[in-house]
Amino acid sequence: MSRGTQWLWPAAALVYAFLYIPLAIVVIYSFNDSRLNAEWAGFTLSWYKALFNNTEMLTAARNSLVIALSASFSATVLGTMAGLAIHRYKLKVLPVLVFTPVAMPEILLGVSLLLFFLQVLNLTLGMISIIIAHTTFCIGFVAIIVRARLQGMDESIFEAARDLGASPWQTFRLVTLPLIMPAVVAGALMSFTLSIDDFVITFFTKGVGEPILPIQIYTMIKVAVTPEVNAISTLLMLLTLIMIIIAAKIEARAAAGTGAVSRNEAGQ
Amino acid sequence: MMQAFSLMIKTAPRRNTNENRIARFLVSGPPMLFLVVFFAAPSLIMILTSFRFPGEFGGLAPIAAPGEAAHGEYGLTAEAYQFFFSDIIYAEIFLKSFGVASATTLICLIMAYPLALLIARSEKRFRNFLVLLVVLPFASNFLIRIYAWMIILGPESALSHFINATLGAFGIAPVTLLFSPFAVLVGMVYVHLPFMVLPLYTNLEKHDPSLLDAAQDLGATAWQRFWRVTWPLSLPGVFSGSALVFIPVLGMFAVPDILGGTGDILIGNLIKDQFLGTRDWPFGSALSIMLTLAVLSVAGLATWFARSAIGQRT
Repeated sequence: MSRGTQWLWPAAALVYAFLYIPLAIVVIYSFNDSRLNAEWAGFTLSWYKALFNNTEMLTAARNSLVIALSASFSATVLGTMAGLAIHRYKLKVLPVLVFTPVAMPEILLGVSLLLFFLQVLNLTLGMISIIIAHTTFCIGFVAIIVRARLQGMDESIFEAARDLGASPWQTFRLVTLPLIMPAVVAGALMSFTLSIDDFVITFFTKGVGEPILPIQIYTMIKVAVTPEVNAISTLLMLLTLIMIIIAAKIEARAAAGTGAVSRNEAGQ
Repeated sequence: MMQAFSLMIKTAPRRNTNENRIARFLVSGPPMLFLVVFFAAPSLIMILTSFRFPGEFGGLAPIAAPGEAAHGEYGLTAEAYQFFFSDIIYAEIFLKSFGVASATTLICLIMAYPLALLIARSEKRFRNFLVLLVVLPFASNFLIRIYAWMIILGPESALSHFINATLGAFGIAPVTLLFSPFAVLVGMVYVHLPFMVLPLYTNLEKHDPSLLDAAQDLGATAWQRFWRVTWPLSLPGVFSGSALVFIPVLGMFAVPDILGGTGDILIGNLIKDQFLGTRDWPFGSALSIMLTLAVLSVAGLATWFARSAIGQRT
């Protein structure tokens, strides 16, 4: 199994270093007592303090949270439906509509939605337009995860439920939904992360009124780089890490849970 | 009796299909409606916009009825496309974007392959963890990952000092790393590397190790075993990974925007400027359509190559 891996280790270690060193530097400099990201000048928490006194940044964080929660909720509902529909029925149009936004460069979705909002809907760009835009590209990710889970399942469970007299709704609520729940949760968490991180589509569909987190970060990077950027970056990394751990925990518990249920049922 | 029985058989599935049809409509209807409105319609609007006249103060000129458009100013036009071909600079920017996308894809492939191979050949219980280690940095904010390279490549950074001290020792003038094509390339590779590792790993993990045993028994050297067994078998993974890197790089504007200099503009930056800078919507839409066509042809090519690679094997 481990044939030839001794030649691969050094190369792989270099790639892992390439992946992690830049992020480590961002974190380290967030505690650096100097305005320049150049030399170590002692430990400080002042950049975090500055961040928590930056009202615009706090508003931006709150706005982004509202957007991410709304977009991930609607994307999870619609994406789960799409995943189920694509898996169960031979559909031609829906898969194209669901998977294309995931595969194409984000800028194209941003541009077309900008034109659509301004020309057709006459919408003032703001939170609503961003939530719609984020939902559009998150649906595909949820659908991919839900469909993958369905593909690994034995179809006869659903047929059995129907044969025993369950209506389609009962089959969905009592059999399908509990079984695909880990995928639904994973899709929701992924949508949340994608939404709160998204820069490109937000950039095109944002209004002028409300500050949004990625846009604030972009402005800070472009206009005046201070280690405050490092501080917010570190906090965001921490948030993402916590989300991933929660996702893994939920998935592990769900896997154990369905296992227990099927064992109980077998016992009866 | 017999008739009634056969009727039951006939009606039972019919009720079933009716119920199924309703279920199918309820499940596929909402996402379908949402995406027709917020994905298909906007795409069509973008195509339409590319054939309109720009407004005097940005945006669009109103569409007038054919009779009113006496000067032919307010109808539909292919002017935006003509404008693209009127100046060589736009073709050059497209060409440069293809160059950057190719270089990024190649570097990602060279970096990702050993890593993916190592993960695929390591013990089963370590594999998921090693994959997680690749995905984890990818989960941090996109802008932060670009910003990190601003620090590393900055003029006062340790790397810049080291490189310039080394160059100075050979009597070569110091270089600036940040705001250069080099910085753009590094940023592009960093942001897209996991897209290459994952499909490669998924492919390599499925390889049957007994093929390599057979090759070794038949006297193939390690080098031959790689180039004549592993590499050809991994081609579908190589092509899907390449498409996953190449396509987003082609439309990327944030990396050149943050790490590049003024001369390092790519298609994405050009499009962005038409909407948020000069506000020439028709030209911006025409550029977006051309980017779409480029993406479609790349995706088509990758699929075709991947299929023919699988075809060769069987």
